[in-house]
Amino acid sequence: MNLIEAVNSALSLEMAADDRVVVLGEDVGKFGGVFRATKGLYEAFGPERSIDTPLAEGGIIGAAIGMAMYGLRPVAEIQFSDFIFPGFDQIVSELAKLRYRSGGDYAAPMVIRTPVGGGIRGGHYHSQSPETYFLHTPGLKVVCPSNPYDAKGLLISAIRDEDPVMFFEPKRIYRAARGEVPSESYTVPLGKAATLRTGKDVTVISWGAMVHEASLACESAAKEGVDAELIDLRTLLPLDVETLIESVKKTGRMVVVHEAPRTCGFAGELITLTLERAFYHLQAQPRRVTGFDTPFPYTLEDEYLPLAPRILSSILEIAHEG
Amino acid sequence: MAKAAAAKSSTKRKSKRSASERIAQSPFDLPEIPLHQVIDPSGKAVGVLPKTDRALRLRMYRTMQLIRLLDERMMILQRQGRIGFYGACTGQEAAPVGTVAALEDRDWIFPALREGVTMLYRGFDLETYVCQVFGNSGDVLKGRQMPSHYASKSVNVVSWGSCIGTQIPQAVGAAMAAKYKKDDVVAAAFMGDGATSEGDFHTALNFAGVFQVPALFLCQNNHWSISIPTAKQTASRTIAEKAVAYGLPYARVDGNDVLAVYGAVKEARERAARGEGATFLELLTYRIGAHSSSDDPRVYRDEAEVEVWKARDPLARYRKFLIEEGDLSAKEDERQRTELNETVLEAVKRAEARPLPPAESLFDDVYAERPWHLEAQRTELLEHLASHPKKER
Ligand SMILES: Cc1ncc(C[n+]2csc(CCOP(=O)(O)OP(=O)(O)O)c2C)c(N)n1
Repeated sequence: MNLIEAVNSALSLEMAADDRVVVLGEDVGKFGGVFRATKGLYEAFGPERSIDTPLAEGGIIGAAIGMAMYGLRPVAEIQFSDFIFPGFDQIVSELAKLRYRSGGDYAAPMVIRTPVGGGIRGGHYHSQSPETYFLHTPGLKVVCPSNPYDAKGLLISAIRDEDPVMFFEPKRIYRAARGEVPSESYTVPLGKAATLRTGKDVTVISWGAMVHEASLACESAAKEGVDAELIDLRTLLPLDVETLIESVKKTGRMVVVHEAPRTCGFAGELITLTLERAFYHLQAQPRRVTGFDTPFPYTLEDEYLPLAPRILSSILEIAHEG
Repeated sequence: MAKAAAAKSSTKRKSKRSASERIAQSPFDLPEIPLHQVIDPSGKAVGVLPKTDRALRLRMYRTMQLIRLLDERMMILQRQGRIGFYGACTGQEAAPVGTVAALEDRDWIFPALREGVTMLYRGFDLETYVCQVFGNSGDVLKGRQMPSHYASKSVNVVSWGSCIGTQIPQAVGAAMAAKYKKDDVVAAAFMGDGATSEGDFHTALNFAGVFQVPALFLCQNNHWSISIPTAKQTASRTIAEKAVAYGLPYARVDGNDVLAVYGAVKEARERAARGEGATFLELLTYRIGAHSSSDDPRVYRDEAEVEVWKARDPLARYRKFLIEEGDLSAKEDERQRTELNETVLEAVKRAEARPLPPAESLFDDVYAERPWHLEAQRTELLEHLASHPKKER
């Protein structure tokens, strides 16, 4: 199964199991979504549960909040995460704060699914990685899977979660990431990272599509005698800080990889958390390999993205430092 | 004062209807909005033709023919993998061309995806235009934007993002500035029917009404917003009537009739220039092809509907009209077609041969001047590239 089929399977199973679950968004109904994530749901569950909305992200997210408050379990699709901003107010000012501002009286357990990241020649507005805005907004959980198995299990957990979850799907690997995925329902818990490769020299941390680039870099590093450990965060918030700290305590070296621009990217937070908890274990200055602090470009996207060669350089540098 | 006015309005229209009757009737209080058309689909003049001269009529035709041929060519290149993406305006050529022809060159155009042709009408170089699609060093946008997102200050066509609807309030602001500076300049915003659902659309129309600005709103109702038909986009009977709520004058125009578009835009522009404020025009047209090169409409729409609209083709209709009028002979038309086709092929060939933008250009134009951190990142990238031959990157 590929990643998009895994997402589709999770939605389909949850809708079959729980009639409170509905999907809504632009082109998600009859068409099945521009990436086909909601394919077949319209036929199986009808237009009331597979809802084609007008073109308005504020409307999609605002309406989903209302549905969720009322007891449904909406899964809203934003066609590209670059287009989430007309709905930003509803997420940041409303969704994230609803439970808190009502003293726990009202809540909106819902999921916002949205394709994220570059690598599809999408230019400025079909490529960005805006996770930091949501990580910086208390009240939201943030998930970004890197493979089909996790995508399905995490999405099912997200739909069943009592809090709003931002579910970022790395579109670059929608079809390229394939793997064994059980056809039945299962969950992957939110808040647990996965150690994809164990190693003693350097800890490499990433999520989403960049996990694959980091993995390539780790393999190349091994050929040069550097034994890297690779952590796929899977959930960015709540963060599995134990797995991160345990690993860095062991290796003493960390490299964080993300597509989003560097300044105020999540790497900054991960490094700070590590400094606060494992400062004396560090044997070298932590590294970030990230998108540059420019808008996401069209033609020069391979230069912009933190692909394996740039990651490898950082791994080798840090391994030989200190 | 306010109290007296309120008292007056409450007694003015004594109601003989019950509240329920009044509410039930309300959607029909607005009369049906007629469609403004001057050339029918068979090419016959059916309305009051706007004043135009032959040179203008032929210039519009030539531009429509050029963009039709260019779109066809670019869709082929996309299928061959030579360009990454393309958004065609096939079947919608009359709306942007009729509009730009009715505007002054100094007027600002805020396009969406399907109005790049307005630049060509204003004389923008074709090869440079095609370079935008290749995103190479010949592109004035330096390869930063996705294909079909053209812009150039040289022809007063403003940069569009991709985010549907964002350009509409910006056009209102440009019009506010033109008014403030007492310039005889109007700002014209294009949008699709889908865009009318975004908050920015409503905000923009409201601002335009409140501030009485020299703006034009041109909604290309092409009946589809990717897979969503207009009937599922809005419960309004027409898009034009949305303007009523914002106190704006409006018209519903046959968007496949280039002279109807020309006449309506000309009138709207004159109103704006006289200080009478903004106008909203719904241009009724049809997206004959896919939403973009990434889309396959066969999954969600009936081909029979496409056939109906093909019979209303703006280019074929206008050609018949021009031949009927004696502006053009079939032979001249054929010669022009062949010539334009060659022009397109030549422009594509020359554009495609251009090199890509240099890697370091990534860091230009983020700010007016590069701050230290971008300077450092630029050095970082260049050092990386220097130590890694292209294939190892
Ligand atoms: C804010 C935003 N949401 C979603 C999209 C994705 N998208 C691109 S084009 C489009 C449909 C646009 O329809 P319409 O406004 O009718 O213009 P048309 O493409 O038909 O000319 C959508 C949903 C986007 N570009 N921007």
